[in-house]
Amino acid sequence: MPTILTPPGIHKPRRPGPHDPGEGDNGSGRRPPTDKRTGGNGDGDNWSDRPQGRRGPRERISRARVGLFFALGGDLMFFMALVSVFFVAKTSGHFDAYSRYINDWLPTAIPTILWLNTAVLLLSSVSAEIARRSMFRETDLMDEWFGFGRPTSRRAALWLSATLVLGALFLAGQCVAWSQLVSQHVFFNSNASSHFFYLITVTHAVHLFLGIGALIVALGFLFRSRQLASRQVMVDATVWYWHAMGILWIFLFAVLEYGQ
Amino acid sequence: MSASSQSAAPRTRRIAHAVFSAHHRNIGFGYLTISAVAVIIGTILSWLMRAHLAWPNWNLPLHGPILPEDYLALVTMHGTLMLFFVLTVAPQSGFGNLILPAQLGARRMAFPRLNALGMWITAAGLAVLLCAFFVPGGSPIAGWTSYPPLSASSLSGPGEGPGQDIWLLSLALFCIGGTISAVVTLTTIVKLRCEGMTWRRLPLTVWGWFTAAMLAVLAFSVLLAAILLLFCDRHLGSAFFIPRGDFIDSTTILRHGSGSPLLWLHLFWFFGHPEVYIAILPGMGLTSMVLANFARRRVFAYRLMIATTLAIGLLGIIVWGHHMFVAGLNPFAGTAFAAASMAIAIPATAKVLSWLATVWRSRPQLSTAMLFALGFVSLFVAGGLSGIIVAQPILDEYLHNTFFVVGHFHLIMAMAGVFGLFCATYYWFPLLFNGCMLSERIGRWHFWLTFVFAYTTFLPMYFSGLAGEPRHYAQLTGLNAPAQRLLGATGAAQLHITAGAFALGLTQLLFFFNILRTLRTPPLLIQNPWSATTMEWSPNAFAEPADDLPAPIVYHRPCHYADDGLSFFPQWLPSPSTKEMESTSKREPE
Amino acid sequence: MLSTQALPQAFRFWHLPADGAWQGHALDSHLLLNLWIALGLFALANALLLIGVLGKRRAHRPIHKLTLEYLPLLGFAALFAVLAVRANSLWATQRYTGAAPDALQVEVTGMQFAWYFRYPGADQTFGRTSNALVSPAEGNPVGIDPHDPHGADDIVRPQLVLPAGREVDLTLRSIDVIHGFAVPEMRLKQNAVPGQTQHIHFTPEQPGDYAILCTQVCGLGHYRMQALLRVLPAPQFDKWLAQQERAQQAGASQ
Repeated sequence: MPTILTPPGIHKPRRPGPHDPGEGDNGSGRRPPTDKRTGGNGDGDNWSDRPQGRRGPRERISRARVGLFFALGGDLMFFMALVSVFFVAKTSGHFDAYSRYINDWLPTAIPTILWLNTAVLLLSSVSAEIARRSMFRETDLMDEWFGFGRPTSRRAALWLSATLVLGALFLAGQCVAWSQLVSQHVFFNSNASSHFFYLITVTHAVHLFLGIGALIVALGFLFRSRQLASRQVMVDATVWYWHAMGILWIFLFAVLEYGQ
Repeated sequence: MSASSQSAAPRTRRIAHAVFSAHHRNIGFGYLTISAVAVIIGTILSWLMRAHLAWPNWNLPLHGPILPEDYLALVTMHGTLMLFFVLTVAPQSGFGNLILPAQLGARRMAFPRLNALGMWITAAGLAVLLCAFFVPGGSPIAGWTSYPPLSASSLSGPGEGPGQDIWLLSLALFCIGGTISAVVTLTTIVKLRCEGMTWRRLPLTVWGWFTAAMLAVLAFSVLLAAILLLFCDRHLGSAFFIPRGDFIDSTTILRHGSGSPLLWLHLFWFFGHPEVYIAILPGMGLTSMVLANFARRRVFAYRLMIATTLAIGLLGIIVWGHHMFVAGLNPFAGTAFAAASMAIAIPATAKVLSWLATVWRSRPQLSTAMLFALGFVSLFVAGGLSGIIVAQPILDEYLHNTFFVVGHFHLIMAMAGVFGLFCATYYWFPLLFNGCMLSERIGRWHFWLTFVFAYTTFLPMYFSGLAGEPRHYAQLTGLNAPAQRLLGATGAAQLHITAGAFALGLTQLLFFFNILRTLRTPPLLIQNPWSATTMEWSPNAFAEPADDLPAPIVYHRPCHYADDGLSFFPQWLPSPSTKEMESTSKREPE
Repeated sequence: MLSTQALPQAFRFWHLPADGAWQGHALDSHLLLNLWIALGLFALANALLLIGVLGKRRAHRPIHKLTLEYLPLLGFAALFAVLAVRANSLWATQRYTGAAPDALQVEVTGMQFAWYFRYPGADQTFGRTSNALVSPAEGNPVGIDPHDPHGADDIVRPQLVLPAGREVDLTLRSIDVIHGFAVPEMRLKQNAVPGQTQHIHFTPEQPGDYAILCTQVCGLGHYRMQALLRVLPAPQFDKWLAQQERAQQAGASQ
């Protein structure tokens, strides 16, 4: 049963024009929710038909992606700052009492479990992507529109749960790595390179923890939200964030492994 | 508007609903409230500073004499409050939230609840910062720039213990709130424009908000990283900024590893320079639009103004080293940063030329908003010209950290930026309050007194700086003989500046009185009192998404006026000669 | 430079201290050029604003974007370029290269809240220092290592005494926080950053007493962290230095 009903008076007669394929629903319940058109950005796109504010799911998703893009841009600058400080600290030194320039950078050996964690994170990205794509499969969406259960949500929830488990596994693996280092008496303040190892892995883990929170919220949305568009947006945004954290991890891992 | 559901609803519920709502109007006023609190406290702090400099033996009631650490704490808190919570928040987030959606023809900002979260995080930042007055040790004394190792160890001075940690936490919250607000602004501008609102038809205020938001997204995260690193140095035993063997207060700061204080300078100023452009860009956009509107002229060289806004934003990212010419940089780096800094003078000059050309022989209507826009231009030139001087390293060698620099940034940022805020208030007041217009008579007094006192307060700082008066000096008496001889000449200037500062601050009471008085009068419901052309003045600009009204459509650029100076062509109506006015072709009539 | 003695007291706030360094005249003339240009442009901009606002309205304004915007812009760009290039040549002269090999070597140490100046003594070599050994109360304010023979003849004073007409190479260091070493009357400024040594060189010309200030906020004593720069004519300086070396030797042999 479509969850949004629209009184018939809202619909305005369309302007005559070439019939665009894939014309779909904007949530009003009159057509299946497979609208492939985008628009609404002021560039002469036949947007006057629709009342202000009733934008289709594609607009909402696009908006969420743009917002996430800018937010991730800022986040990337945060990590770029940390990585730049890393490279500066690696090559800087001090003058000792004999006026000799000493660079005492001691690379911190990466616990090998980090390779396993990386694999786990990549797998979780794969499962996350499967979950995301299942929110947009046309056959499942049509079934849902017709009222035949919620195949999108079921499939997505399954794969999101897998992502959640793998993400938690990654964090557990990071904790194992930290405890391994601590047992070898390599603490945060042990030397310059350990500063960065802990700083980079901890800040990434905090971001991933937030991502796990987002996954839990997305799962909640899948079960509780009544608007298909909202569910799509939530899962899409969460998964894109997850992918960004995964790609970021690959970069940070490469810096820690090969850059020290 | 959204809180006016039922007049029978209990008043507390309505207030709570308004305070916690996610409507951009409430959020905008929330940001402006944050700025109002910060500006009042910041002004009082500056009065205390000035009083102490003019009368060093004056005792603050209930406190006693202002000790050197008190003075430095005043300087730090004044700078932090004003720059972060007034000049970054009010023009960008405050007026942005209030006016931006309407200028785009949108009904709301993107992500309303995220927007509200950003506002509350910023408010929390202010609340945390104000706690610094009350913690043991007092407020930090390292200045708003907080250079380590002074800020990296609690041994380096009073206030560097919990006070500095409070400062770090407050600014971390501010960074997060500021980034959230910038992301919301950017998404709104990119995705929520109405039909017909192409990029070229955006008002220059929106271009200012857009560029400032881009800078915010890039810069605040870097400050957050720097704050995190400084926190680790202070409490987790790291050595990002603390050099090996640092010896403070007869104690060697023991760390494994050796850091560099210069690293903080790079990170901080990489944030710090875009930060000051975030403070001024919206004001510059508004000035263009207001000057054009009251002169009934098109903005001179509109596309160039868009380009210069973007150019200033872009160049603002690569000039941070001009705060560090004598800080220990490679001299060749000094030359590189000097070249970039001089380059920024070119788009800034283009803007000034455009403003001058827009009002040239136009006999504008001298409403208060127009007066403040004109004052903005004057103060921007006064402050900007000294920027060209300190952008040259050899001159900065003499003028760095003297009152010359203090005069420079106060004129261009504190005064011109604040004039932008005043202009915005007078201009948009009828829009925000059902057509009520602030009294023009009181407004004129407010403008002229503020303008005169701005110059009398800050122009003498140029001269005392040229005489050699350094910044952050808690007193200019009791120094050794040659220093006393050098700085004794600035004694008279101190009194002038202090008198000007008191007068300047007190004049703002007129402003608040004007607002309060006007809010008490019944609404006049004038739709477009300034006969403006931008979308926020269109009839249904502040309708709710739920209202069943036709969607706005934009037909052409803003600021099209007929030559008779009376009729105008608002953006939301098609005009007879739209085709001629529209500049889709390369050959633009402008 | 410009004297304000002729003005009544209230207006006597214009004061650029006299420049005692060798490069001073070129620098000051460039500074004054900039100031006059700034004043002129400020007056011009405000005048244009005023005339523009008060002048009679022109009904139809012909738009000459080229002449009104781009040509002046080009002119200003050229002006800024000229100023920048001129400034940079002065900067390069002072900063791009180090001091001459025969420059007088003096080490400047900043700490909360005093400056100390160290001369290398007869062996022309600075002794090793260590921050942990810094103890003004025990007569070792810059932390000279007692085990280093080169340090025995180093002369440490709270005043900087220099000969007129000879280039001096200052080595700036700090032991605790960032301080700003500034001699306004020599137009000299450089931050002393802990963990780094900075070198600046200049040639004092005019004998006299000058102020050394701290210009980077360094704590609650920042405002009183001054020192004295005394520039003596060369023969007097030689006498002074010989006196200090003798005193150091006498002290060391006890």
